Parts: sequence; structure tokens; C-alpha cells
Amino acid sequence: MSVMPAVSGVSGVSGTTGVPGVSGASAGLPGASGVSGTSGVSGDAGEAGDMPAPLAARARLFPALVAVYRAQLSRARVARIPLLFVATFQSIGIMILMRGVVDGGSEARSVVAGSSVLVVAFVALNLLAQYFGQLRASGGLDHYATLPVPPSAVVLGAAAAYASFTVPGTAVTAVMGSVLFQLPMTNLWILLAVIPLSGAALAGLGAALGLLAPRQELATLCGQLGMSAALLLGVLPAARMPQVVSYARDLLPSTYGVEALARSFDGQPDWWVVCADLGVCAGVAVVSLAAATWAYRRAAVR
Amino acid sequence: MVCTVRGLVKTYPAARGRRGAPATPAVRASDGIDLDVVRGEVFGLLGPNGAGKSTLVRQLTGLLRPDEGQVRVLGHDLVRHPERAARLLSYLGQDSTALDELTVGLAAETTARLRGLETRAARDERDAVIEELGLGEVAGRPLKKLSGGQRRLACVAAALVGERPLLVLDEPTSGMDPVARRAVWAAVDRRRAERGVTVVLVTHNVIEAETVLDRVAVLDRGRVIACDTPAGLKALVADEVRLELVWRTEPPLEVPEVAALWKSAEAARAAGGASGRRWTLRLPPDDARAAIATVTGGPAFAALDDFTLATPSLEDVYIALGGRAEGAEGLVKV
Repeated sequence: MSVMPAVSGVSGVSGTTGVPGVSGASAGLPGASGVSGTSGVSGDAGEAGDMPAPLAARARLFPALVAVYRAQLSRARVARIPLLFVATFQSIGIMILMRGVVDGGSEARSVVAGSSVLVVAFVALNLLAQYFGQLRASGGLDHYATLPVPPSAVVLGAAAAYASFTVPGTAVTAVMGSVLFQLPMTNLWILLAVIPLSGAALAGLGAALGLLAPRQELATLCGQLGMSAALLLGVLPAARMPQVVSYARDLLPSTYGVEALARSFDGQPDWWVVCADLGVCAGVAVVSLAAATWAYRRAAVR
Repeated sequence: MVCTVRGLVKTYPAARGRRGAPATPAVRASDGIDLDVVRGEVFGLLGPNGAGKSTLVRQLTGLLRPDEGQVRVLGHDLVRHPERAARLLSYLGQDSTALDELTVGLAAETTARLRGLETRAARDERDAVIEELGLGEVAGRPLKKLSGGQRRLACVAAALVGERPLLVLDEPTSGMDPVARRAVWAAVDRRRAERGVTVVLVTHNVIEAETVLDRVAVLDRGRVIACDTPAGLKALVADEVRLELVWRTEPPLEVPEVAALWKSAEAARAAGGASGRRWTLRLPPDDARAAIATVTGGPAFAALDDFTLATPSLEDVYIALGGRAEGAEGLVKV
């Protein structure tokens, strides 16, 4: 695509004759530069004045959220399905393992509930923390930051998509667990509330961790630690834990999802307590998603 | 005036050394930059790696807050209101992570939606831009699975959806084949002709800069060391031509004329232009003619493999303006 006249080759004759033509051509250039140089600039400044140009429309919250959600969901086909299998098999494996240790009753309920919510923790907390960590480290956030989209739409859309990824795995785990430990499946519909609420709480936490971690590796580490905490504190029966650990358990938002699901396995569940547990999930979700939105704003404009 | 920059300063703080990574001193990535970009022009930022091109465009797009100085885009103060940038301009960054796992079609459509378009309009724009850039065959494939050039083209598609009066493109054609490059420049030109769109373009491809830019600012260590039309810049070195000599083995320094050339090329050598078998000399036309007569006749000819004579390029301008020696290496010539 060169525009310059280049003379090349060992045929020295044509090379030598090219020289006068070359210097002649470039002699015409200074005049050309004078025309379109700085003189054009100052003329334009006078006419354009300083009238601000109209701003293009912002993307509204809900349509933007839906667009982000749809885009994120489509990523599952490319990148997430193997990980969803891992999440599900991990939880089913844990339940099979615990079958030798736990002999029915309330302990069995918490094992099944903990394993089911673990899928949520794996995907919503761990994978979302990794995703946002990676996006931030690579400069991928610039793409969203230079679009007129509300920060909450990006965070909520991504969080909702990751929470949705957990639905099949969590449902399969809960059903498998009920079969393994012979628990009643009549109240499993409660998953319809447990997955979105604990999903939102954990996804908000994961997004905030991923966006706040100073380095990508730390975001991954935080996500892994969060998931390990959900595994240990959620699956192991609470009654056998030392006092200090049970405080930590109370601090983890996934605990309340686990409790709500575990209670629903009772013959006559105390729905008020279940609702209270889910209420805690919802409260944590609001706080953590707000924190994640704040973290996104902070990460996007440096 | 579309874009005015005055006294822009941005310093990246020094980083403490960690294990395996040495400490880096503070870097003044923008060091008092003044620029004016006129409506409807393709304005280029040229410079080697690390010259501060990307830092500058990140400040133009509200992604980075300058330490000092003023950035006005279409009459809006972007230092005070960085969030307005997204409603004034479209930015193509160097990274594609945000879109990598989406299909080309969905990447364009989602970006259009997030640029505020209704579903219907977003789909129309998606189809139009995919057609325009010749991405039809790969529209259903994720960006991740595409070659580097195609992926870049898909990112350009995402940058072009949704009308914006200013396009800020950071190395839009890197890794592209000539067909894709032509498609990009045709698309940019069309927007310029039809809607008077202004383009600010980062490049370190000298040839591209010469062919597509109306004006170019040459950056070096965070400063604008020259700003003019490509032709105007080349006029700075119009009294010189570039002679490239390639020797078969060792240069025949025993020939006095060749030794004299070698000595006169001291400056070029210092700038890394001449080394070993390949010499790049910048000479007045008469001297170049004499040099060619020398090397194509007599004993020196036996040692000569190839020679090229050319008018000055922006690369020569860059060196004449005092750009760093290693900087010239960072400029792509093909």
C-alpha cells in the first residue's frame, strides 16, 4: 500500500536516474502543507464557537440490563457449560461422600441443602469474581465504560446471568440429594426463591470481590476462598462446629439460603423462619449488588 | 472544532519492585499535550510503543482522569464530566475481552443496545455493519474462535454501530489483511462523507498513516513533537532521500568511499539505522547519487546484495525530529 516512489534493485541505472525526480516531487510538498495545516484549524474554531453538541440518548436501565443479561447468557454456550458440570458433579460427589458419615435426620437435610447451594456459590461467587477480575485486569471494562449504560445494568445483568447458570445444577443436586437421603421432595419448589435470592447475594459479593481486588490473581483467590467457605460452613452440619466457626457461618450469606432449603425438607416447615432466612438473603443481595455497582464505577474510571 | 486538548499532563506513579518484577520509576505518559481536531478529519496519533498514544486517547474518552489540563469534545468539558464521553463518541480499545465469548452478531447488537438503540434499530445496524465489513460468513461465530484480524474487524463493527460524531480508534487495523483494512477505511470514509464524522486514530503503522490520515501528531515520550499533514511533515526532510544498502556479507570498508559513507552515516548508526549488513542512510540527493555510483561500480558492487532509494517516509520524519532510536524500531513499516 506504499505511496512513495521506491526504486529498488541491483539494476543501478534506474536507481540513479530516480534521484532528481524524487527531490522534484518533494519540493512541491511544503505548499500543500500550508493549505491544510494550522491555518484551517484557527478558521474552524471561530465558526464552531463553543456551543456544546447534543448528547446522544443514554441506554435505559432495564433494556440495557436485558441486553447484558442476554449477552452473558449466550456466553454459557461457549465457555460455561463444562464448568457447570464441574459444579454439579462436585456437589453430588460431596453428598455421596457424606452419605457414609451422616445418618439421615437434620444432618442429612443440611448436607443436601448445603451441596445444592454450593453450586450457586461456585458459579455466582467464584466464577463471577474471576470474570470481573479478568475483565478489569485486561482492560475489557473499557468497552462498557465507554457506552452510555448505567453501571448497575452491567453488574445486575452479569449477576443475573450467573445466577441463572446455577439453576440446572442446583435443581439436579437437590433432586439427587433428596433421592440419596430419602428426603421429601414436596417443598423443593422453594428453590424458585432460594436460587435467585442466594444467587443475587453471592453474585453481588463475587462481582464486588472481582472488581475491588487489586490484581486478577487476588480476585480468583477471593472467589475460591468464598466458595471454600460456602462448602465447609454450608455442607458440614452446624451442630458439630466450634463456637467461633459458627459465627463465621452466620456471616456468610449462603448460610441463609442453606437454612431455608434445609427447613423446607421438614414435614411441617416453619414458613416464617424460612421467609426470615430468605429475607436475610434478599437484604444481603441488595447490599452486595450496591457494593458491586459502586466497585464497578470505581474500576471503570481510573 | 471537535476536540480540543490543552496542557494535558498524566503521570503514572512509580511502582514498587516485587519479586521477579523490578521497580519502575514514575512515567509522565502525557507531558503537556495540546491538540486541535477539526470536524470531518481523520486525525492520527503516531509514535512508537510507549510514546503515550493510548494514554492520550484514554483521557479523550473519559476513561482516565488527567492530572492537569483540559479536554473538550464537541463543546463538553470531559475532565469535569467524563461520563458524557460515552454519549459523544465511540471508542475502540485494544482489548476485546468484553466481547470475546459473544458471537459477532450478538457483539454488535448488544453494543448497539447499550449505545441506547431500540431493539429493532440495533438489529438493523447490526445487519448493516456486518454486511458493510464483510463479516457475514462469521456472524454466527464467537469472537474467540476467529483469527486475530477477523476478531479485530468484529470489534470495529461493534465500534461503528450507533451513530456517533466522533470515533476514537486505537489501532483499529492491527493484524488485519489488506481486504479487511480496506473495508475498515471504506466504512470510516463513508461515515465521514455522509455525516461528517471525525476520527481520531492511534497507529504505529507508518504506511497506513501516510495513506489514510488528513493530519498527524507525532508523539514521543508523552509530547507532541510535530503536528501537520503527512505531506507537510515529510517536507521537513524533503532535502534528503533515504538510501538503503544491503551487503552480501561484510561491508567492504576497505573501499575508501564506502568507509567514508560509513563515517557519514554516524548519525544514522547512532539512531540504530545502520547495523551489520543493512545500512539505512539519509543523504542529500547529490550525495545519494554519488553513493550509488560508488557502490554499483568498482569493487564495492561485488559485495552489494541490494539497494533501495526512496523519498522520505514518516519514519524518516520521526527520526529527523529526534525520536528515540529504539522508537523507530517500534514503527511498523509494512
